[in-house]
Amino acid sequence: MERLLVVVPAYNEEASIGPVLADIRAVVPDAGILVVDDGSSDDTRRVALAQQVHVLTLPFNLGVGGAMRAGFRYAVRNGYSQVIQVDADGQHDPKQIPMLVGRLSESDIVIGARFAGAGEYQARGPRRWAMRLLAWYLTRLTRARLTDATSGFRASGPRAVELFARHYPVEYLGDTVESLVIAALAGLRVEQVPVTMRVRSTGRPSQTPFKAMVYLLRACMALAMARLRWRSKRLLEVDELAPVTTHKEDSI
Amino acid sequence: MNGVHIIALVGGALILIGMFELLRRGQLREKYAVLWLLVGVAVAVFGLFPGLLNDIAQPLHIADPPNLLLFAGNVVLLLVTVHLSWESTRMEDRTRALAEEVALLRERLEQR
Repeated sequence: MERLLVVVPAYNEEASIGPVLADIRAVVPDAGILVVDDGSSDDTRRVALAQQVHVLTLPFNLGVGGAMRAGFRYAVRNGYSQVIQVDADGQHDPKQIPMLVGRLSESDIVIGARFAGAGEYQARGPRRWAMRLLAWYLTRLTRARLTDATSGFRASGPRAVELFARHYPVEYLGDTVESLVIAALAGLRVEQVPVTMRVRSTGRPSQTPFKAMVYLLRACMALAMARLRWRSKRLLEVDELAPVTTHKEDSI
Repeated sequence: MNGVHIIALVGGALILIGMFELLRRGQLREKYAVLWLLVGVAVAVFGLFPGLLNDIAQPLHIADPPNLLLFAGNVVLLLVTVHLSWESTRMEDRTRALAEEVALLRERLEQR
């Protein structure tokens, strides 16, 4: 029996995280829920704890990559074989969790994609080119048809969880782009399924042309670095950090 | 011996004394101290033997010997900054790993 852990990275999301957690609990009542409080200065941690979920509290902000790596480590140490990332801002619809996780029987990584037909999410200009470029390159590398490589709404099966607990990229865009490069090099199967995104319940996406241009450049940078850093498969077998050990005796 | 050489000599001596003092108080890791001690020694040597710069510059076909000094200084500083970037990257990686570890431990502790 596969055990599912829903990981919710959260940075100052006190306003939206409560309903998100309640929705997740309603859709997958048997799954473990882990909020990774990424150094929030607001009440995120307290709101999450009030929902009776597990909370990892990072002492300072590490970014999504660092938060997710901690989440994957938590999964490995506590005997969870599947992980799905759901953002705390309410953008990812928890109702689609079972659909993504269901596909893990066929693939190691299932990405919920925004441009694959469903939903209304649209990006323009440089940001759109960047997404196209990333999608084109990662499609080539993973041999899976990908259109939205930067979606954070993704499920990971046992092999991916094991890999990411050790090597989850922590640089900007690394958590989405570089992680797929690593997965492809490690021979994992990647697939994407169309999802609809909900309107964010708080905050709004940053969309000035200048920021979009910077985003494009950083995307290219992230791809180049990922490819250079992980040239050989051999690297994937070497632990760069402390070994991740399972504490089965503690998970009673 | 003219004024410039005395300044170089005194400068070299001050660097050496300063490094020894920092090292003695445990304010500087050995690996960095060694680097700056070598720089101090180099400055002192050129202060003591002013002709040395010319002797090195001539076979290298450097017309103006002070240029060699400036060039060498720049190369050394470049290498030092690259090394420091490398060190700080490594430290940041370790800090991140520790932060994650602290979060995992805290969660387990608070569960009891």
